[in-house]
Amino acid sequence: MISIQDVSKWYGEFQVLRDCTTRVDKGEVVVVCGPSGSGKSTLIKCVNGLEPFQKGEIRIENVSVGDRRTNLPRLRARVGMVFQHFELFPHLTVMQNLTIAQRRVLKRNVRGATDKGLALLEAVGLKAHAQKYPAQLSGGQQQRVAIARALAMDPIAMLFDEPTSALDPEMIKEVLDVMVRLAQDGMTMMVVTHEMGFARRVAHRVIFMDQGRIVEDRPKDDFFKDPGTERAQQFLSKILAH
Amino acid sequence: MPALDWSSIPGALPFLWNGMLVTLSITGVAILVGIVLGTLIATARLSANPIPSSLAALYVNGFRSIPLVMVLLWFYLLVPQLIQALFKNPAADIRLVSAFVAFSLFEASYYAEIIRAGIQSVSRGQVSAGLALGMSRAQTMRLIVLPQAFRRMLPLLLTQAIILFQDTSLVYVIGLSEFFGVAYRTGDRDGTIVELLLFAGAVYFVLCFAASSLVRVLQRKIAL
Ligand SMILES: Nc1ncnc2c1ncn2[C@@H]1O[C@H](COP(=O)(O)OP(=O)(O)OP(=O)(O)O)[C@@H](O)[C@H]1O
Ligand SMILES: [Mg+2]
Repeated sequence: MISIQDVSKWYGEFQVLRDCTTRVDKGEVVVVCGPSGSGKSTLIKCVNGLEPFQKGEIRIENVSVGDRRTNLPRLRARVGMVFQHFELFPHLTVMQNLTIAQRRVLKRNVRGATDKGLALLEAVGLKAHAQKYPAQLSGGQQQRVAIARALAMDPIAMLFDEPTSALDPEMIKEVLDVMVRLAQDGMTMMVVTHEMGFARRVAHRVIFMDQGRIVEDRPKDDFFKDPGTERAQQFLSKILAH
Repeated sequence: MPALDWSSIPGALPFLWNGMLVTLSITGVAILVGIVLGTLIATARLSANPIPSSLAALYVNGFRSIPLVMVLLWFYLLVPQLIQALFKNPAADIRLVSAFVAFSLFEASYYAEIIRAGIQSVSRGQVSAGLALGMSRAQTMRLIVLPQAFRRMLPLLLTQAIILFQDTSLVYVIGLSEFFGVAYRTGDRDGTIVELLLFAGAVYFVLCFAASSLVRVLQRKIAL
């Protein structure tokens, strides 16, 4: 579904990504972890072309992301993304947040878009908040709306960049629950997170990044049994200690 | 100093009203065109492509370096020929049209800077969110960034409109009868210039004060 082949990226002189290679198959959940600044966000933003990269190739269902001829908006419409800071549109109601891209990008009619929006709000337990503005919701509620907004596009895969790290502890669970359900429903997911409980429950593979490199990439059980490199062991023991 | 004589004011009111209409129409046209053109210039200025961005910078810095009166006179000398060449219709009020054009282009340079700052105040994450949903850059700008930017800029845009409203009095240099000019000439004719200028000043004050109060209310609302 998603294949990442020898991807390197530079910010000027500084190399953020070094020959990253991995893949996410259909229905697979891959968790990406690693210390701050290791390039996790950059890698995941390369996947849907939000960040350009200079070397290597990324393909989503055989469409090359880096190819100039690729219609990036069309590609992105099929890949959902959830951000650390939610990024709901503050000038629109919750319902409008869910329908704007359905209408403007997928050209669905009002009725269809609204029905879809309501069904998804119901699924994340926020149907009663459809007419509110994002600022009237808690962080956890906003992030659930953001997930629903991405799902409204009927994506073939979902990308998450630290979806719970801006949330208060008591709100993390409500967001993870939604994500776990999504994973169990067979959604293809690439998730940057330090929530190892989530990784244990639903991940198929865990990727560990350090200094722009994919250092570990192994099945979940192997990773937790033996994280491999010393760097990964240290990292794991540090975040599990919390 | 002789006592003030207000008796000529009621008789002058219809003329003053006509003058006010001219003032308001110039202000209105310049706000509308200025904001539309200013938005285009601001987006050009923020473009990653150096050609539109440097052209936009040239426009903004150019107009901001020239006194408004001069722009007004230039356009007065230039636009009539243009209109006649275009429409062959000498009946159009050349002075009014040149005032519209001059003020619109001049204001666009000021609005462009306000709008640019407004656009930049919207976080990059919002742009990413729009793009990630499959919107084009233009759609993201139009549907996501600009609505938020304008909301934040509203007080500044309105403040600029108040300045513009006062600046329209400059059109006396091209002989156009806007509010201030009418007051001046009526007073001059009747020998009640002090009274008429006081009256005109009071009208400017009331209108601008009301608008500034509106700005403060908006600012408070937006801050919430
Ligand atoms: N626009 C940019 N210009 C220059 N350097 C950047 C830019 N964005 C990120 N970087 C650098 O690239 C490196 C990787 O950043 P990235 O955000 O991908 O890390 P991360 O693994 O997501 O970290 P975190 O856990 O803090 O989110 C960091 O050293 C960062 O300083
Ligand atoms: Mg990050």
